[in-house]
Formats: sequence, C-alpha cells, structure tokens
Amino acid sequence: MSAAGVNPEPGPDGGQADSGAGPGDESAAAVADAHRREWAFVLAATARVAGDIDLAEECVQDAYVAALDVWSRQGVPRNPGAWLTTAARRRAIDALRRDRTLRGKLPLLIEPVAPVAGSSPPPAPAGEDDVIPDDRLRLVFTCCHPALAREAQVALTLRLVCGLTTTEIAQAFLVPEPTMAARVTRAKKKISAARIAYRVPGAAELPDRLDAVLTVVHLLYTTGHMAPAGENVVRGDLVERAIDLARMLRSLMPDEREVRGLLALLLLTDARRATRADADGRLLLLADQDRSRWDRAAIAEGLALVPGALRGGRPGRFALQAAIAALHAEAPSYAETDWRQIVQLYDVLLAAWPSPVVMLNRAVALALAEGPEAGLAQIQELERDGRLAGYRYLPAAKADLLRRLGRREEAAQAYRAAMALTENSAERDFLGRRIAETGGRPGPGNGGG
Amino acid sequence: MAEYLILIYEDENAYATASPDVFQEVMEAHNRFAQQVGEKGGKLIAGNALQPTPTATTIRGDVVTDGPFVETKEALGGYYLIDARDLDHALDIAKLCPARFGGVEVRPIMVFPQG
Repeated sequence: MSAAGVNPEPGPDGGQADSGAGPGDESAAAVADAHRREWAFVLAATARVAGDIDLAEECVQDAYVAALDVWSRQGVPRNPGAWLTTAARRRAIDALRRDRTLRGKLPLLIEPVAPVAGSSPPPAPAGEDDVIPDDRLRLVFTCCHPALAREAQVALTLRLVCGLTTTEIAQAFLVPEPTMAARVTRAKKKISAARIAYRVPGAAELPDRLDAVLTVVHLLYTTGHMAPAGENVVRGDLVERAIDLARMLRSLMPDEREVRGLLALLLLTDARRATRADADGRLLLLADQDRSRWDRAAIAEGLALVPGALRGGRPGRFALQAAIAALHAEAPSYAETDWRQIVQLYDVLLAAWPSPVVMLNRAVALALAEGPEAGLAQIQELERDGRLAGYRYLPAAKADLLRRLGRREEAAQAYRAAMALTENSAERDFLGRRIAETGGRPGPGNGGG
Repeated sequence: MAEYLILIYEDENAYATASPDVFQEVMEAHNRFAQQVGEKGGKLIAGNALQPTPTATTIRGDVVTDGPFVETKEALGGYYLIDARDLDHALDIAKLCPARFGGVEVRPIMVFPQG
C-alpha cells in the first residue's frame, strides 16, 4: 500500500521519466519510509496538541507533504519522526490560534489522569520542545475502544495508527469507499461526542481492553492471510501492517504476555507465506507445503517469543495459538508433526477460549492424531451445533476427512458446500480440483446447505 | 465532566408478574445505585421511573395514537441523568445501574456550541 496521500513514488505507468536515482528519489524514499515507521507516533503526538483527531490528521498530512519538498532541498533530517512531529504540532497550534471556532468543537479528551494509581506512566508535560511523549498506546486504545463496533475499530486502527487512506482501507476490506468513509466518520464522531478518553486504560480494565486491541490486529492479519474474496491467497499489505502493529505493541508493552503471544503467532504463521500457493497461485495446504522454503528467520524470532508468552500464569489464547503454530513450525514434516500435543494444546485453548472455530481446529488435529473417524465425529457434532453455519472451513474440513475415509460422494458434496461459501478464487480453484478428484461435478456451488 | 443519560430498558411483563419481594429488591437496588454514583465520583442529576408502555400515547404529525413509539419486548422504563468525566467513567457507573429484566443504554447529552 502506498503512503496515504503523499505517495512519492511515481506509479508504474507515469512519473518522472528523465532521471534515475537522484536526491529527490532519496528524500521521497525517506518520506515513504517515515510514513510507514513514524505515522502513528507523529499523529498520536499531534492529537495531544490539536485536541481533535481530524485537525491532527490534517496537520500530519501537511507535514508529510512539506517533508517531500524540504527534505529534497535540505536533505533528510537526522530524526525524521521528530522533524515531522514538530512540523505537524506547529501547524496544529497555528490552526488553533487562527481559528478559535475549532476550540468550540467537542474536543478530544486529552489528559485525564489515570484513575488507577500506578497503572500507566504519568502524562509527560506537553511543553513544546521537550522530549515528545510517546502517545501511540493512547491512540491504539482509543481506536479499539469497546464502545466502537469491531469493524469501526479495525478501520480506525488502519486509518489513524497505520496511516492508510480510506480508499486503501475500503479496498482491503472489499467495501465501497463511501461506506468505509461513513464508517470512519461515524467512529470519529462518536469518540468526541461520547467523550471516549484519549488514554491508556487503568490496570483493572487493561486485560479486556488489550484483548480488543489484539483481536483487531489479529483480524487484520487473518483478513490478509486468507482473503475472503479476490484473486490472491495472501494480501501481503494487510499481513505486513498487522505484523508491524504487533511489533509496535511489543515494543510499547514488553511485559504483556499476550502481546508477545500474538507477535509470535503472526510470525510463525507468516513464515509459511511463500509456500501457501504454488507457482500458478494455487492454494497449497500445510501437508503439501515445501517446508525448506519456510522463513527460518521469522520462525526463530517467533519461537523465541513463545516461552515468555506461556510462562507466568495461565496462558492466554494468543500464547496458546502461538504454541500450536510453534509445533507446526518445528515439525520436520506433516506426518511427523506432534499431533497429540497439538490436540492437548487445543484442549487448553478451548478452556481459555471456548470458540467453535477452536473446536473445529481441534477436530482436524484429532483426526491426524487418532484417525479420520474421530475427527469426523467431532465435526458432525459441531455441524449440529449450528454456530458455524456459513463458515467455509467446516464443510471443507469435513470433506477432507470424508475423502480420506474413501466416502467420495459425500466428500464431493461437502466440497461443493464449502465452494458455495467462498469468493476467493484461489480457494474456489482448490475446491474445484478436489471435487473433480472425488468424482463430482464442480457445479456453481450448488451443494450448499 | 459531561452529562450522560442512562436509559433503562426492561421486560415489562417480568415486572407485571414479579412478587413484592422482587419489587422490594429492585427499589433497594435503585436506592443503592443513587449512592454509588457519588461514590464513583460522578453526580446524579436526575432520575425517574416511567409508567409502563400501556400508559403511553404517541403523536406523529398530528395523529394521536395509543401506545409507545416503538413496540419492543424490552421497553424504556426509566432513566438517570448523570455527570461523568468521560465515557469510561459513565460506563463504569452505568454498569451498577439496576436492570435485572433487561439492560441499559448510555447516551451522551448533546452540547450545543454557545454564541
């Protein structure tokens, strides 16, 4: 994804035709890099001065545009983030001086002292040229406040923390742009009208509030990891944003075990990215992936995080999922995977997080540990339960077990049911091949139930 | 501080069939709540219980009809107007608001810019 509104790189079909690399290119690359790395810091710090999210966004946007010009003439500053923050905050202060009516608007609630003693560091003085306080956590927790709908939390996080444009977010979630724009506007309006405070929650609320933040980041990752529609198996842009966010949270909250668990989970899962499709873009399942091409550096980084995420009390759901991902990452082959231990970890995960999706995954692992019948029985039970109606991986998993049991006709029918539930062309292609193998006709998803 | 309205939505039938003991408990819970608002650092500005929806009369345009504006299983049965620091504070208080046969909705009061 390009830097929001300040994409300095010429598109593939246009831009400067004359020169190759020059000082302009270097500064443009620096601006793009600063957009990716510093956006959240700059916006979070500017929001504190502006007291209004829209004004802060505008000023930060302007600061990036100014950087394109100034950096190409004067060189890239030693600390691009500080340069941008100072520029954006100055703009905000100027705007507030110029336009007193801005102060009449419902302000962003900036500096309530944390109600629980010792729950968060005291707010640093907001003096102009002191060390700029790192407000990124305030920004993240505000975007993921439980008073906002999950989809609004996701959109705001991408917009305010990652700096994506509404157009980019709409594309990522396959939503019409006006719909996404309205969603973002409504959410921002609620933040000021309902007075959602710009702060890190106190110790008592922190576990729940952090879980919401981690859920948003995980949702971004899974949306990118297996796009619900479109051409590609993986949407690299969303996946990378999610990992960036997890890394940012890890650096800001180094002691939170679930943050560690989430980052480990994303790294260990993403290590397989290059092998999840073949050269023609066709989906490859875990069993068929070329493990020699897994990203060893990402696996090593993820594995190193897992013990710390599991230790020190009952592990949370992200730590447990990371532990499961770690067993997959360490297994020399699909057949040699420690399926029994994976089933055991799923049992612990179910206790921490009784979700039907976890039950389905457990059933698949059980099928590998104890045979397809055992897994199938569990899946049929889940099917009767009904909570996963419309979830494409239930009929897909069922079909796979039926296929392994040689019940080809039933398998083909279940594959067709799965096909009717996905718009992702790589998945449809995969399911079509399986239907053909089991002897059924692909048909336009007419086996759905 | 800002004002929030806590709207209490409950199943009226549950009250219609409730025993005197239950009523007593509910009354006590509301008295306790009135105290707790202050203890939580908020302020109780106003609050009332409403007569049930069969007593409601609705006017649209100039047509007067019998009954509530919208027919729902859980109807608006009362409200509190409170003063709180921010939404988290208001929610913290509203969580204590008795609503055993339903739940509450928290709405910020709109502030109009002056002048």
